[in-house]
Amino acid sequence: MRERVIVFDHVCKRYSLYHHITGGIKNFLFHLPSALNSIKNSRYEALRDISFEVYKGETLGIIGRNGAGKSTILGLIAGVLKPSEGRVIVRGQASALLELGAGFHPELTGRENIMLNGVILGLTKAKVLRNLDKIIAFSELGEFIDQPIRVYSSGMLARLGFSVVAHLDPDILLIDEILAVGDAEFQKKCIDKMMSFKKNRVTIVFVSHSMPDVERICDRVAWIDDHTIKMIGSPTDIVSGYST
Amino acid sequence: MARLEHYRDLIVILTQKEMKVRYKSTLFGYVWSIAHPLAFALVFFMAFKVVMRIQMEGYAVFLIAGLFPWQWLSNSVNASPMVFLVNTSLIKKVYFPRNILPLATVLQDTIHFLLSIPVIVLFLFIYHKSPSLSWIYGIPVLLFIQLLMTYGLSLMISSINLFIRDLERLTIIGVTLLFYLTPVIYPETMIPAQYKTLVLVVNPLSSLMISWRNLFLNGSLELSLVVTSFIYSLFVCMVGYLVYKKLSWKFAEVL
Repeated sequence: MRERVIVFDHVCKRYSLYHHITGGIKNFLFHLPSALNSIKNSRYEALRDISFEVYKGETLGIIGRNGAGKSTILGLIAGVLKPSEGRVIVRGQASALLELGAGFHPELTGRENIMLNGVILGLTKAKVLRNLDKIIAFSELGEFIDQPIRVYSSGMLARLGFSVVAHLDPDILLIDEILAVGDAEFQKKCIDKMMSFKKNRVTIVFVSHSMPDVERICDRVAWIDDHTIKMIGSPTDIVSGYST
Repeated sequence: MARLEHYRDLIVILTQKEMKVRYKSTLFGYVWSIAHPLAFALVFFMAFKVVMRIQMEGYAVFLIAGLFPWQWLSNSVNASPMVFLVNTSLIKKVYFPRNILPLATVLQDTIHFLLSIPVIVLFLFIYHKSPSLSWIYGIPVLLFIQLLMTYGLSLMISSINLFIRDLERLTIIGVTLLFYLTPVIYPETMIPAQYKTLVLVVNPLSSLMISWRNLFLNGSLELSLVVTSFIYSLFVCMVGYLVYKKLSWKFAEVL
């Protein structure tokens, strides 16, 4: 019996649309009955009855069109969102990498941002310090590492962000389309790093629009369409179904 | 255990970040943070001492001793509506206890306040007074009480502001009103009798601010004031935490 690390059990996620209140108290009070009514009714369904499991060491790919609900799934796994119905069970520390460079501050240098980002993503200060040289070497940013990152190009920012992620030791890694940025050489480096995470039995959930990457990296793929799972299965089957 | 260690590091690193960002690309970082309350003190000194001729010895040092702790509170509270808003990407993407963000902001202002105490000492010397030994326990006690109060207010305002953005404007007005309703620029003895309960008892900040000033000016710490301010602070902190607890799971959705 393989160990289940992530379990989605009939998960629904609805968002209330709060713009009625954020539009201002005055508006809200002046149109109180209709405003209250619309709060009750205006719900946006992001996910509908989703069930799947991810096993330890497995790499699950998630594909689907923009707005299908892929990022909501990652948010639920990361613990940032709560399901409206159903259960989400996550065993182990989910290292959220929904976006590279979480918490980066433009005025701080690359080096300072490594520290900040590393701790935000779940490392202790001591651990970041121990790995600092390795992270800097991996980023290949050279002397730019001591410049404020507002002077960085977007490719350089992605390098810096991924260098930190590459030195985390999470149980679960969540990746949201990071391979889209950076040059070919850097993309190869990212793929290599993900492969080595895979070898170390890290569970990976990987959202991407790049079908070649999905086929190469993933063990299983879930195709999200219209807020629910359309198909789940082996990469070749799903990708060929999705592409046609 | 490892988790606690990580949270501690998060608090440290986020507070450090706030400090660094505040001082980056300004020439006189530290000077600015002191210049602000000093400029205030100067304005009130001109208005009340020079123009209105308030009958009081050492009004300047009296102002400084009250305005510096007040500045800490008002800076933190005025910044609080934006605390979660400016960290949108973080809240939407990474899970960690969100209350660390307002805590880091408040701690950063706490450090600034501590760094400004030498200026108070300087003014004491100018007025032929000197720091007292009671500061050794008095400052930590009041510091703790004000930390509770400021953190509670900050947590409450920052959480609610995500849902009702009007709070941002209300906060600025509220802090300004509270400033004049708190004995900071006037001594509590000058308050007309019929307003004494309103200003001294109902206002949760009065006892704390009076305590700070008495401590700085003559090294005295009145137990009843300390207890009152502690009860108020504990209450505000608990309410702030409850509000935060109730709302925090929705943060990522409304941002």
